[in-house]
Amino acid sequence: MNAPLRRVGVVVMVLFGLLFANLNWIQAYKADDYRNSDYNGRVQVAEYKRKRGNIEAGGTAFAVSKETGGRLQFVRTYPGKDKYAHVLGYKPVNIGDTGIERSENDFLAGTSDQLIANRVKDMFTGEESGGGNVLLTISKRAQDVAYAQLRGNEVGAKRGAAIAIDPRSGAVQALVSMPSFDPNPLASHDTAAASAAYNELKDDPQRPLANRALAETLPPGSTFKVVVAAAALENGITKETMIPAGRLYTPPTSGSSIKNAAPSICPESQVTLKKAVQDSCNTGFAKLGVRLGADKLKEKARQFGFEQEDLTVGQLGKGGHQVAPSRTGDIQDTDVPALAQSSIGQRDVRMTPLEGALIAAAVANDGKQMRPYLVKQLLAPDRTTSFYTAQPRELRQPVSAPVAADLREMMQSVVTDGSGRKAAIDGYTVGGKTGTAQSGPNDPDHGWFIGFALDRNGTPISAVCVMLENAGKGGSAEAARISAQIMKAAIADGGGR
Amino acid sequence: MTAAATPATSPATAGEQLGVRLARSRRNSELSLLLLAMVLVAAYGATVEANVLDTVTPDFWIPAAALGLVFVGLHLVIRWLAPFADPALLPAVALLNGIGVGFLRRYDLARATPAERADLAIFAGTGGRQLAWTLASVILAAGLLALMRDHRSVSRYAYTLGLAGIVLVMIPAVLPGRFSEINGAKLWIRVGGFSIQPGEFAKLALLAFFAYYLVRKREVLSLASRRVLGIDFPRGRDLGPVLVVWMISLLVLVFEKDLGTSLLYFGMFVVTLYIATERVSWLLIGLLLFFGGAYLAYLLGASVGGPFANFYDRAQIWLDPFAEPYDRGYQLVQGLLTLGTGGLFGAGPGGGQPTLLPEVQTDFIFAGIGEEIGLFGLSALLVTYLLIVERGLRAALEVRDSFGKLLAGGLAFTLGLQVFVIIGGISKLIPLTGQTTPFLSAGGSSLMANWLLIAVLLRVSDGARRPVSAGGVAARPSGTPPEQLHGAPTEVIRP
Repeated sequence: MNAPLRRVGVVVMVLFGLLFANLNWIQAYKADDYRNSDYNGRVQVAEYKRKRGNIEAGGTAFAVSKETGGRLQFVRTYPGKDKYAHVLGYKPVNIGDTGIERSENDFLAGTSDQLIANRVKDMFTGEESGGGNVLLTISKRAQDVAYAQLRGNEVGAKRGAAIAIDPRSGAVQALVSMPSFDPNPLASHDTAAASAAYNELKDDPQRPLANRALAETLPPGSTFKVVVAAAALENGITKETMIPAGRLYTPPTSGSSIKNAAPSICPESQVTLKKAVQDSCNTGFAKLGVRLGADKLKEKARQFGFEQEDLTVGQLGKGGHQVAPSRTGDIQDTDVPALAQSSIGQRDVRMTPLEGALIAAAVANDGKQMRPYLVKQLLAPDRTTSFYTAQPRELRQPVSAPVAADLREMMQSVVTDGSGRKAAIDGYTVGGKTGTAQSGPNDPDHGWFIGFALDRNGTPISAVCVMLENAGKGGSAEAARISAQIMKAAIADGGGR
Repeated sequence: MTAAATPATSPATAGEQLGVRLARSRRNSELSLLLLAMVLVAAYGATVEANVLDTVTPDFWIPAAALGLVFVGLHLVIRWLAPFADPALLPAVALLNGIGVGFLRRYDLARATPAERADLAIFAGTGGRQLAWTLASVILAAGLLALMRDHRSVSRYAYTLGLAGIVLVMIPAVLPGRFSEINGAKLWIRVGGFSIQPGEFAKLALLAFFAYYLVRKREVLSLASRRVLGIDFPRGRDLGPVLVVWMISLLVLVFEKDLGTSLLYFGMFVVTLYIATERVSWLLIGLLLFFGGAYLAYLLGASVGGPFANFYDRAQIWLDPFAEPYDRGYQLVQGLLTLGTGGLFGAGPGGGQPTLLPEVQTDFIFAGIGEEIGLFGLSALLVTYLLIVERGLRAALEVRDSFGKLLAGGLAFTLGLQVFVIIGGISKLIPLTGQTTPFLSAGGSSLMANWLLIAVLLRVSDGARRPVSAGGVAARPSGTPPEQLHGAPTEVIRP
């Protein structure tokens, strides 16, 4: 019986050899996969072991990690609640993170390459120094005002957005999307409750999770006339040139005719370009657009930032909130009705509120459009070292300085004498353009306003876009009023810098 | 046939040579190895406290010392009752048992609130209970050594043990689910808050019966009738007992919903059959029957469901645990992730997060330990298991009677197979089944049964290494087993 016993010994060795080989496979070859697997709860525990850095604006922290004493040692809280939800994004335990929380995650979590010195130091001192802090460009006052004014709008709009940027730098001063949401329940460590809260927001028909300031486009209506006017100014038309207008414009081929918003607007057969902008003359711009042609319109819009698909707002040139591309749609010279309607910001023209603000900012800043950004500075966990300070960059120059000056003059007349009087601010030069966009046969119109404010020296301080979705009658005037409030707050806060 | 074929009554030259070579009892080696093992366990406990509590309490050595006392007690019993027993067995088992208790205590610390952590009493929590079970098991093992002065005396009770074994196997299967089912496997007898796994003890009883039965029947079973591809196959009518055990193991598979236990019983039987008859054909027949049966159960589970569904589920999870990582595959996925997180060196004792792994104190304890001691530590544990198994097989090689050979060989192999089934299960080598990890898993039944198994191996190795002059084999106690047990001539004349 000894021969089989010896063979059994060999069999046992083979079985143990298999176990050993398999453990090698799991613990050596697959170890990294398993260690960082999405299903591995340790990944989260490790992530929540280090205190995540703050996200701050104007010296106040709006995303803070607090100690829990639980399995996950820190919980993310958002003291700004709804007001800052669309600025910061959120960082839940097991739902995807968004916004600045996502794009600056490595720095906030303390795992970025920049913070390696801190981690080495931690290794020796045995302390956890936590993640780095992100400072935003947001002006607290402008944000407060934008949030309060948008929510308390006098036309009863339920949805809308407001964004203000510094025309000289592109720094975002205020960013609000309405309706908003409280990100705190999403960051709860009770993952079932967090998922329930998320699903409720996701299924809400008002879509509070959507960032209407950056990621949603709507027909811009007459605000688009600024782009058409810019194209005209570059094609031999001055602000004093008489352009054909009239009560009604029926495109030669077919289609419904284009009217003005009120019979009092440009009933004359000809008005100056300035007057057409000031009163928002639909017939004039429809004819102007047809005269300029689809290519010139589309090209000008593109130069102002339409069709850009890779724009993000966060750290300059490094991620952040994804911005939806604004579109002019498929306009052809042969399809005159479509060309005419597109010229007044209807048909298939779609714009984000950010793009509206960028157009106003370029006009205010002598034609130079600065790249928008939210992250002003990255501070070390102990706040002594700065790892990054934003260096504003020019995004593009849609128009030359003289054309910008002409556009400014025309837009200022909109506020002094035209449809945007409510945007006026005492002691400052304000220019802008209202827009009322038809959204559907039975839906109330969207109200728009894009504008800028210059100080006494002509230095641009703020450019803004307010959009009130389905606001109905008086929407654009209300948008102009809110714009003024936001710009006033931004001015009071020192231009957000 | 080698030594086994030699009549035990006259050990002749081989026996005398062995007697001379093994004259030293090597009990002092056992003691020093045992103390080394306990130092390791104490060091493990200290590291755990340093990692979990950030400080080493002044009492860190108490569990290790308590274990050490218990094991030294057993060592003294061995000195007295089995002085020639294999000196490596006790220290190896003590190391595993000590690490098991240490890890369970570490798991208690992980689950406790900071206030509870400060003074975790020695017998508190899973770890404390395991310590108490260890004490009880070691006393039981010492009792068995005292009661069974010669392993051959067991053969007198072979039929009783065989019947007891079958009854123990069957009880959970016939009991209603609420008395016997835990996590889908019907392996328990649950009375009140107390549950025992009779299968753990049935293993020992059945093996004693197999050994006795096979020694008696080996001539018949090794008769070859047909030679196919160079392998002798037995006659059809001799297949009877194999088929019976096969049926029993398949019934276990179906009614107790446990592949591991079924594989264990069947493997145990086939291997003892092979050792007894030296016929490779029995191994082949056994493997074919088992895998055929398992595959059939898988197909039936897929089509019919019912009692086969559990096995089918487990096979599905095994094939792709990540298909339902939060549902059916959760345990296995978490086990793999835990092992993977450990990597080569592990997080250090106390540095892992065993609370994230379900069943970490029982089925998945090897994975939980693996997170903290890494591949290197687990390899050491595997080698320790291998050492125990190979030492058991060595005792089987050296013992002079056929019954002892089968008993020790079968038990040693069963232990190895059980380790393979559970560790292979949690590491996705084979479908996962609810076996305990010998000497590590929390639970009294498993610990007791395995300590009894070690007691039997100690007893057989004592018999094997005892010099003839010392009178171990010659001075047979009263009630000597029948002559044929001690290796009647087994030469087979082939036609």
